[in-house]
Amino acid sequence: MQKTNLKKYIFSKGVDQYFADVYKASLFIVRFFKEAVRPPFHIREIINHCFEIGLKSLPLITLTGFIIGIVFTKQSRPALEDFGATALLPSLIGIAIVKAMGALVTALICAGKVGSGIGAELGSMKVTEQIEAMEVSAINPFKYLVVTRVIATAISVPVLALYCSLVAMLGSYVNVNANEATSFITFIQNAFSTIQFLDIFTSVTKSILFGLTIGLVGCYKGYNATQGTRGVGKAANQAVVLAMFLVFIEEMIVVQVYNWIRLY
Amino acid sequence: MNPNNYYTKEQEKVISITGLYKSFHELAVLKGIDLELFKGENMAVLGKSGSGKSVLIKLIVGLLKPDKGEVIVLNKQVDKLNPQELDALRLRIGFSFQSSALYDSMSIRQNLEFPLKMNRKNLGKKEIDNAVEEVLDSVGLKDKLNQMPADLSGGQRKRIGIARTLILKPEIMLYDEPTSGLDPITSIEINELINEVQQQYNTSSIIITHDLTCAKETCNRIAMLFDGKFLKVGMFDEVFDSEDEQIQSFFKYNFIQ
Ligand SMILES: Nc1ncnc2c1ncn2[C@@H]1O[C@H](COP(=O)(O)OP(=O)(O)O)[C@@H](O)[C@H]1O
Ligand SMILES: [Mg+2]
Repeated sequence: MQKTNLKKYIFSKGVDQYFADVYKASLFIVRFFKEAVRPPFHIREIINHCFEIGLKSLPLITLTGFIIGIVFTKQSRPALEDFGATALLPSLIGIAIVKAMGALVTALICAGKVGSGIGAELGSMKVTEQIEAMEVSAINPFKYLVVTRVIATAISVPVLALYCSLVAMLGSYVNVNANEATSFITFIQNAFSTIQFLDIFTSVTKSILFGLTIGLVGCYKGYNATQGTRGVGKAANQAVVLAMFLVFIEEMIVVQVYNWIRLY
Repeated sequence: MNPNNYYTKEQEKVISITGLYKSFHELAVLKGIDLELFKGENMAVLGKSGSGKSVLIKLIVGLLKPDKGEVIVLNKQVDKLNPQELDALRLRIGFSFQSSALYDSMSIRQNLEFPLKMNRKNLGKKEIDNAVEEVLDSVGLKDKLNQMPADLSGGQRKRIGIARTLILKPEIMLYDEPTSGLDPITSIEINELINEVQQQYNTSSIIITHDLTCAKETCNRIAMLFDGKFLKVGMFDEVFDSEDEQIQSFFKYNFIQ
């Protein structure tokens, strides 16, 4: 009897904590949008972060994108061969990459590389009192540290996603060219014949959403780090896990909305 | 300590705290603090670790909000100010953090320039360079200008932290454990620096510490924080000679160390 009460107590406490966290996170998000539209904008800081994020992830994204292009093409060929439809390969790959893979793969790589970096960086600034030091020097740390980073990820991730898609198409082309001897022009014409403006638009919007998510999650976890150096590792780790989880959820929602828009 | 520095009631108050309470959830940290800091005075707040010393000075700069009571700094009630007014007040207060809190992604020069660049947008490069040079000179670390914080020793980091606050020409300095974690000789140098800063920049200071030498060397008055209240406020000898058991045990313990 007493045991169940204890369980209930622990459970309800957990639920309370969960909703308190959700509330705190939503305040953080609201604060971001409020402060993002108010000057000063720290443009230089945003550009610096964009470069850093872009350069940091570029090699990995190039490699991953290229390999995905090749592997995806190779894996799809047998299925199309059965119908004698290998000529459809470029358009199939084009759809798969532009609609889904490019944005998703980029977001996952950035969640791992950029999200953890932001979480660790802000986390260590938090636990070593650097954020408070800014505050007492009359500098708004939220604006200077959080807003600039989130805007930078929201800009960089879509750019990287487009780049990733291009590299993946190139990988695919290399494979198609080797097997079917398709010329580059034909490949591109085929690939883009089925891709509509709405597809690219959705992909870019989705990437902006992913970028915002990665930046916000990393900053939130870092900005609220506690317990010294242990908290820094925890912030970085949680930033990656939560950002990846949210990216998948968002991907699912965006697909639903996209299909809904196409119907009407 | 120079007894001539001892305050008189007519002196101007720069900080005045009355009936201050602060707790975190169930943990009551400050339970009715009254404190006055007079212009030009250095005051030490002594207390065991975890007694709420850092909480007290964070309340003074508005990093924390009081549950109850008044904190008046330079004639402004800190928790009633809007963000702009609070920023204006903070520019007049220097805060030296226990961990120095240097920005580790920036060089020493950038650390020092940062508060100026962000707050005094009209300053030219020459003026900023001059200001940086001046404060580095004040803390005696002119040769470290282009190094990174990670390359400095603990004492040097403390000095740069102090220099970074001096660059805004504060009227009040708040030092959080300026000598903690430093060897005795470096501690003495920091004590000297605190005294030099007071003279050169004409500041009034609160020095949080559990280092008795630091309190004795740098302060006109000391306050003993114990269990959320000030047990005793007065000149060093006055407090030192107090019959109070808790104060006695604090001093005994510190000297054995
Ligand atoms: N932001 C905070 N949230 C919760 N508890 C805090 C916070 N800041 C300080 N405390 C608690 O208040 C007490 C006093 O802390 P502090 O002022 O840092 O002590 P010290 O005298 O060593 O500087 C400690 O028990 C600490 O855990
Ligand atoms: Mg402390």
